[in-house]
Amino acid sequence: MIKTPFSYIDKIMYGWTGKILHIDLSREQIEVETPGLDFYRQTIGGKGMGGFYLGQCANLAWDHPDMVVCLFTGPLVGTISPTSGRAHLVSKSPLTNLVGDSSVGGKLATQLKRAGWDGIVITGKSSSPIGIEIHNSQIKFCRADHLWGLDTHRVHKSRTPGKAGLACIGPGGENGVRFASITIDQHHSAGRAGLGLSFGVKNLKYLLVSGRGRTRVKDPKGLKEARQDIIRLTAASPALMGQYGFSSLGTGAVYDLMDNRRMMPTDNFRSTWFEHAASLNANAYSKTCSPDRYGCKGCHILCKKMGTKDNQRVAMPEFETMSHFTALIGCRDRDLVIEANNLCNRLGMDTISAASTLACRREITGEDFTRQTLLSFLNDMAMNQGEGKLLKKGSLAYASAMGQPETAMAVKAMELPAYDPRGAYGMALGYALSTRGGCHLRAYPISHEIFRKPVATDRFSFSGKARIIKIAEDLNAVIDSLTACKFIFFAAGLEEYAKAYTAVTGLETSAQDLISIGESIYYNERILNYVNGFDSKDDDLPKRFFKESGSSGNQIQIPPIDRKSFLRARAKYYDIRGLDAEGRPLKEKAEKLGLSWTSL
Amino acid sequence: MDQLVDKYAAKLVSAGLSAGTGDARPIVGGLDDVLVWNRKAREIQVLEKVFQGLAINSLVFLRPRPPLDRIIQFLSDHALKTNGLIQPKDCETRTFLHDLPVVDKFCPSKIIQALQKRKSVIIAPAEDDPDFPGPAIIAHGNVSPEQGFVSVSSVVFACFVKFFTDYLELLQRGVAGQNYHDLFDKLVPDLVSQPLNVPLLMKGPFETEEQVYAGIVQAGRKTVEYGLVDSYFGNISYCRDNILYISQTGSSLDELEGCIDPVPLDGSSSAGLTASSELTAHLKTISQTQCQTILHGHPRFSVILSMDCDPQKKNACAYKNQCHIKCPEKRFINQVPIVPGEVGTGPTGLCNTLPNAFAHSDSVIVYGHGLFTIGKNDFSGTFANLLDVETKCRISYFNKVRLLRSKN
Repeated sequence: MIKTPFSYIDKIMYGWTGKILHIDLSREQIEVETPGLDFYRQTIGGKGMGGFYLGQCANLAWDHPDMVVCLFTGPLVGTISPTSGRAHLVSKSPLTNLVGDSSVGGKLATQLKRAGWDGIVITGKSSSPIGIEIHNSQIKFCRADHLWGLDTHRVHKSRTPGKAGLACIGPGGENGVRFASITIDQHHSAGRAGLGLSFGVKNLKYLLVSGRGRTRVKDPKGLKEARQDIIRLTAASPALMGQYGFSSLGTGAVYDLMDNRRMMPTDNFRSTWFEHAASLNANAYSKTCSPDRYGCKGCHILCKKMGTKDNQRVAMPEFETMSHFTALIGCRDRDLVIEANNLCNRLGMDTISAASTLACRREITGEDFTRQTLLSFLNDMAMNQGEGKLLKKGSLAYASAMGQPETAMAVKAMELPAYDPRGAYGMALGYALSTRGGCHLRAYPISHEIFRKPVATDRFSFSGKARIIKIAEDLNAVIDSLTACKFIFFAAGLEEYAKAYTAVTGLETSAQDLISIGESIYYNERILNYVNGFDSKDDDLPKRFFKESGSSGNQIQIPPIDRKSFLRARAKYYDIRGLDAEGRPLKEKAEKLGLSWTSL
Repeated sequence: MDQLVDKYAAKLVSAGLSAGTGDARPIVGGLDDVLVWNRKAREIQVLEKVFQGLAINSLVFLRPRPPLDRIIQFLSDHALKTNGLIQPKDCETRTFLHDLPVVDKFCPSKIIQALQKRKSVIIAPAEDDPDFPGPAIIAHGNVSPEQGFVSVSSVVFACFVKFFTDYLELLQRGVAGQNYHDLFDKLVPDLVSQPLNVPLLMKGPFETEEQVYAGIVQAGRKTVEYGLVDSYFGNISYCRDNILYISQTGSSLDELEGCIDPVPLDGSSSAGLTASSELTAHLKTISQTQCQTILHGHPRFSVILSMDCDPQKKNACAYKNQCHIKCPEKRFINQVPIVPGEVGTGPTGLCNTLPNAFAHSDSVIVYGHGLFTIGKNDFSGTFANLLDVETKCRISYFNKVRLLRSKN
């Protein structure tokens, strides 16, 4: 056990603890870093801080022992600021070789902050399975040979974390699944980008964190006011707190909307409407599983749903899982969706990538799944056996190996989520330009194209979308650095969160100040990706979307996306973002944003 | 973007917020890769610098038409003598705008400084400033010029409500200054008008879904045309065959085509995810009253009078700073109940107070927010109620002022 010297902190800091824990698994040693306030101002936390440390080793392979795996909280974590219980994981993605990051919920972030740490930077590789246990200033390296091979639920049971936060991997992360996830507190996932494999390659089975400290708040009255403003706005949001909103039905509430808007990815994106959707919606799950509200620490929305099936308490599938394990792969069995979701969570695999890879296989082979084959393929992926040896590499690797790379519905090798881009052109642009690959969360244009917030935009037009995407990416970079939840920004804005930030940290700021920092954080990711060879050739969508129509109907036409319009919008984005015509970062722009260029 | 900047400039004129001709017309700018404006104007030189200083994609510049300009200038003058903020207490400001910053110069740095923190800023130089006749309102957006349109119209609404609310309260306390009297007297000629006739609306019951949509669209448009709602606030619904057809969140009542969500009463679909924030209040009301139609607007004098409270009584009230959520009194205006409640479904949401209040009245006013009315199988009675209550509230307001001034 190692005890850290807390006397390092020589001045009071509000919001942040002022300490970052560096853990070297090769030597089983730690170091404590106490960066100055300027570092905190410039990176905020979460994604911003993780991006900084990833920048130190961006040219290393994702599985190099010196590659970092970062877990960072934000300044609002551990306070009464709504949705303040999140953290951000950052490494290089084993799936995409790009910046790989994921926002995580549960109670891990709160516990880490309480333990006195703004974040952890893990390097090195243990010679055998290991666990890290942090309790306040005490850090313990624990042998985990006996846990290796166990699924995430069994690890959870074994470690019985109680009030502590637990992050662990399942067999997927141990056996080279490129889209392996990290499971937090049994029911929350760092799903995308394969960060479970980043743990696995370091032989890191789990991370257990607990603490008893409190986040210092400079202006509690100001924070309370900001909280009231935010809560008032969320109460006014139908998508969050409405009768059919996330708080009531979970993210599965979106399922009917995608069906109604004719943009539900069906049969591996060969169509956009699934005729059985009405019997597979959130209401159907509610009727059979009577789910209750469950969520992350510090959140009042509680969008996660836990239900009962066969007298067992089970996590209800999120929207993406509901959609991809039904429409995308041609499955009509609701119970099977619950089972597949549960299995992926236990094995530690991202449900979006897993389902999408199977959808790709279904298109190539023409074979439908039975209950048995579906569960069997998932198991084989995680156990690295049979056809799973190839499927575990993701859809692009699978489709390429099968000689049909065009059937991989992925951007930069990351499988697309459950919003068909032919039904929302901002989403099309957002997918193509995302720094982590096929991700809807970097720009989240669904907010205005579907949810009508802050106002509605024309979902079948690229007009204005280039700048909208750029601003939204910067905004979401801030959200992931504050480590707030993106959902709450359907209702509140940085106007309200800047007030919370100022109240917590004592640093006077504005929404626009934060957006400027967000721009720098996002541009840094473009630089890191460019270092790894990514440019405009990668900022693109699968050809299918430009050639094939979706499923028109319900007075809605879903034509193929006009490629020229798409490319024009992308060129505008490059110009607005300060990239060259090939999407490459520019030295002048980087320096203007205060980013290091010498490392290139 | 060209279409959007033209559209929202025209909407500001048609809403009666701005002149339609001359130099006082609205200016709306939109930015994607290039910046476009709805028209040429000398103010654009400054507004372009504002664009450069903020991460935004749209700006709306409004010179409110008389007499709204006088109200805003008056409140701004007061604000500039104190903390630089106008702080209305109506629901829209409380929920979405928080407060209204005011600056005294039309210069980029001051405008940028204010817009870094808030959605809008009022520019109100001294009245004799020859370089920039004020006041003006600027608001920004990061998605569409619609955001700026909504913000500036909300600012105008909030200022209107604040002046008349403040004036009534000051009269009741016997401390209204001459400046308030003078402005009020100047405003009155523009506000006292003949009662409007109830428009002819589609007769119900609506037999088909098409008729339902057409009926809602027509009633929504008339609500805006009659000035009974500002910007996109307000909502409307019709219940038929166990489906509630309700306007979508953030939809403009005068543009409801394609913006109506059918919500099954049995909860079998969550397609109502994008329905109005007041969906729950509508569903509960339909369930408790057996009505088929609900219309919600923000008529100004209903909102103003809803906040009217005896100053002495208010001063002694334990909830004097939480009237909008905790007012303990059973209050009425001409037999129309006033209930507290915030937008949406929170524990203090109006969905908890509004439906019960319909037990004894077809009209209910929500404190500082707006007016809800219900009807049987078409919008004729629903609309007539909305108009009637507002007309009576306006008359009541002026009668009250007359009486108080005669006493002072």
